[in-house]
Amino acid sequence: MRTRLILWVPLAGFAILAALLLRPLLSPPQRDIPSALIGQAVPEFALAPGAEGRPGLASADLRRGRPQLVNIFASWCLPCRVEAPQLAELARRGVPVVGVAVRDRPEDLARFLAAYGNPFQAIGDDRDRQVQLALGSAGVPETFVVDGRGTIRHQHIGAIMAEDVPAILAAYEAAR
Amino acid sequence: MNPPIPSLRGAKRRSNPAGAGRCTGLLRFARNDVVGVALALLIILPTPALADSSLPPAALADTQLADPRQERQARALMDEIRCLVCQGQSIADSNAEMAGDMRALIRRRIQAGERPESIRAWLIARYGHWVSYDPPLEPVTWPLWGLPALLILAGLWLARGRFKRRSG
Repeated sequence: MRTRLILWVPLAGFAILAALLLRPLLSPPQRDIPSALIGQAVPEFALAPGAEGRPGLASADLRRGRPQLVNIFASWCLPCRVEAPQLAELARRGVPVVGVAVRDRPEDLARFLAAYGNPFQAIGDDRDRQVQLALGSAGVPETFVVDGRGTIRHQHIGAIMAEDVPAILAAYEAAR
Repeated sequence: MNPPIPSLRGAKRRSNPAGAGRCTGLLRFARNDVVGVALALLIILPTPALADSSLPPAALADTQLADPRQERQARALMDEIRCLVCQGQSIADSNAEMAGDMRALIRRRIQAGERPESIRAWLIARYGHWVSYDPPLEPVTWPLWGLPALLILAGLWLARGRFKRRSG
C-alpha cells in the first residue's frame, strides 16, 4: 500500500509545478512597483523650470518644513489628464503640489497645462527621466507625499481618482 | 508587450510618387504601391494608446560606449536589469522608452567609472531586488538556489534502486 502511494508522488509534484507555471502564464504578472525609498530622504536633484511662470524643482525645495505632493507627470501621458481635476481639488484644499515633468517639451507642457489646469507651484523639467528613476518611480503618473524634512512618506501609483483623494489627504495630514 | 514599431521604410523605398503620377508604364507598380502602403497603414492601426513621449531616445540608450571593455560591462548589467514597463524582459531586450532611459543611465555611469555592482545596488535601493535578474543568496532566496541541488539529490535517491539492481 505504501509503495502504491509513492507512485503518485511524481504526478502530484508535476501537478504542483504545472499549477505554479500556469498561473503566471494565464494572468501575466504586470504589477505596480512601489518605490523602495518610502521612509527615506528624497535623493539630491535640481531640475530646471519646465514651464513658463513656474520655478524649477530641487530636492532642497522639498525640505522647507511643510509637506508637499510631488506629482510625476507628462503632457503625453493620458492618465495624467484623468487625474488633473483631482490634483486641482487637492491644490484647492491647500495641499502644495509640485511637478516633475518627465520627457517633455516646454511647448507641449504649456499646451497641457493650459488645457487641463496648472495646480503646480513648481515644475521641474526631467527631460532624461533621471529624477524619476532616482525617486524609484516606475511610470507616469505617480505622486509622492514628502514631509517637511524631505522624507518620502507615501507613494500613489497611477492616476489619482476621486476615490483616492481621501487617502492622499490622510497621508498629507500624517506627514505634517 | 512591446508594440511593433510601425515602419514605413519599405513602403517608402518602393514608392515613387513623382514617377507614378507621370508615367503610365509604372501604373502597375503604382498599384502595388497602393497595396503596400495600405498594408503598412494596417500595421500602424493597432498602435496602442500613447505610452511614450515624442522626444528622441536618450543619448546613450542605443549607442555603444567607445571603450569596448566598458560597453561589455554595461551590456552585462543591462541583461540582468528588469524592464519596469515590459516586466519579464531585461532592459537590454525591451524597446520601451523607459528601458532606453535606464540603458542610458547605466552607460553614463559606467563611462564615469562607476562599478556595475554599485549601479545595480543603486537600482535595487529604488526598485527592490525585483529589478535585478541576479537574486542574491539570502534567507528568502535560499530555496531558489537550494532547490536544484535538492532535486538532483532526490533524483539520485530515486535512481539508487535501479543502479543497485543492475550491478547486483
